[in-house]
Amino acid sequence: MIQPIHSSRRILLPARSWFIYFSLAVALTLNLIPFGRLPGIPDWLALTLAFWCIHQPLKVGMGAGFFFGVVMDVANGSVMGQHALAYVLLAFAAGGLSRRILWFPLGQQALQIWPMLLSVQVVMVLVRMITGAEFPGVLYFLSSFVAVLLWHPLNYVLLLPQYRPAERDDNRPI
Amino acid sequence: MSIDGHTPPPFFKRGPAPLARLVFFLTLALLLLVADLRLHMLEPARMAVATVLWPLQKAVMLPVESAGEAGNYFTNLASLQQENTELRQRLLAQANLLLRQAHLDEENRRLRALLEMQERLDVSASVAEILYTARDPFVRRIIIGRGLTHEVAEGQAVIDDLGVIGQVTRVFPLTSEVTLLTDKNQSIPVQVQRNGLRAVLAGAGSGAMELKFLPANADVQPDDILVTSGLDGIYLAGLPVAKVSSIDRDNSFSFARIECTPLAGVERHGQVMLLGKRKAPPIPDEPTEIAKKSAKGRKIANRPK
Repeated sequence: MIQPIHSSRRILLPARSWFIYFSLAVALTLNLIPFGRLPGIPDWLALTLAFWCIHQPLKVGMGAGFFFGVVMDVANGSVMGQHALAYVLLAFAAGGLSRRILWFPLGQQALQIWPMLLSVQVVMVLVRMITGAEFPGVLYFLSSFVAVLLWHPLNYVLLLPQYRPAERDDNRPI
Repeated sequence: MSIDGHTPPPFFKRGPAPLARLVFFLTLALLLLVADLRLHMLEPARMAVATVLWPLQKAVMLPVESAGEAGNYFTNLASLQQENTELRQRLLAQANLLLRQAHLDEENRRLRALLEMQERLDVSASVAEILYTARDPFVRRIIIGRGLTHEVAEGQAVIDDLGVIGQVTRVFPLTSEVTLLTDKNQSIPVQVQRNGLRAVLAGAGSGAMELKFLPANADVQPDDILVTSGLDGIYLAGLPVAKVSSIDRDNSFSFARIECTPLAGVERHGQVMLLGKRKAPPIPDEPTEIAKKSAKGRKIANRPK
């Protein structure tokens, strides 16, 4: 049974693989927008990856995290393996905790997602500081807060295809 | 336990355990990190992926670019006219130097020939546009719109109308990455314009720069202009780099702490100029000879080469 959250009675259509990877690709594209050093731009890819690892732990996991991490490393011009390392850890945590997190309502889910997204940033800071880069400033961590605020709307957007009715009904009012 | 022909139902088939997978991927990521940072083996792979990603990046840049262009469109006539007047005045102020440049160059060449000094090398230059600031928040880099197809090479110096900005550190087919002088891992040999004192200027993080390894009593004053010394063979000598902003001579440290601010618009957008690659002057090999002498005795060191 696929439910939006485990305590819900609503049963959804199964998630389609192509839509999962399409949404990850869109998140990657959003990550490519050159905002420069503007603080508080969320890491869309990390957020979307966490979402699918929690909702579809059998379809999306550490392999996808590693792949998209490497692509992100190239796109960002950062050290190879930096995003990959952080995203693999994120996918592990999200996949492992998915059964617990889905019992909570969306607001409380966000509270549990936040430490994961923050630790993605902490891992990246640690990797870069060890290799001698400068500290990007405390405002760097703002982006995980912004990302967590987006958890609620993101749930609706990404589950939209699964909310469709099982049978197509042409006479349905909406 | 399975009996022949009766495999367990695949309800719980999930491949290797999560922890095993985690260890596998973490090892892979760490290997990537080491291969990139220590062995620098991944540049071809990086270039391949970057080339594939380029159309996507270009598409994403469109809204940002058009927002900037919309801003330009509404710049009013008055400010453009003012800018025009200012530029004319600046051109006139520089005319004195520019008009005599050819004459001075010729004179310099003849004098150098008379003194039997090495000839100063002219370098080619090309203009490039800054596309955007790199998204990586740990480094200070910009992306410019010229790459391998425009014969940009790693190590080229990048300047703007006020001074040195940085150096090309990575080249892609259509773009290249310029590491700014304010990056923590970037340093540049300079000299104080007032007295020719040579030193190394390095990025200090958060947009500032620091003159390194100068003794506490070094002759440096606030507002001194630092220019490139040209000793590294990358930057031409005499390009303005930075201005000394504050000096902290604490006797408990052997070196003075000298902070500088860049002269060029290092962290601003616009157009930059790429200076062609310069041939480095030959490095004298005296130290190795001395080492040889002390290690193996005189005979080997005196042997003709």
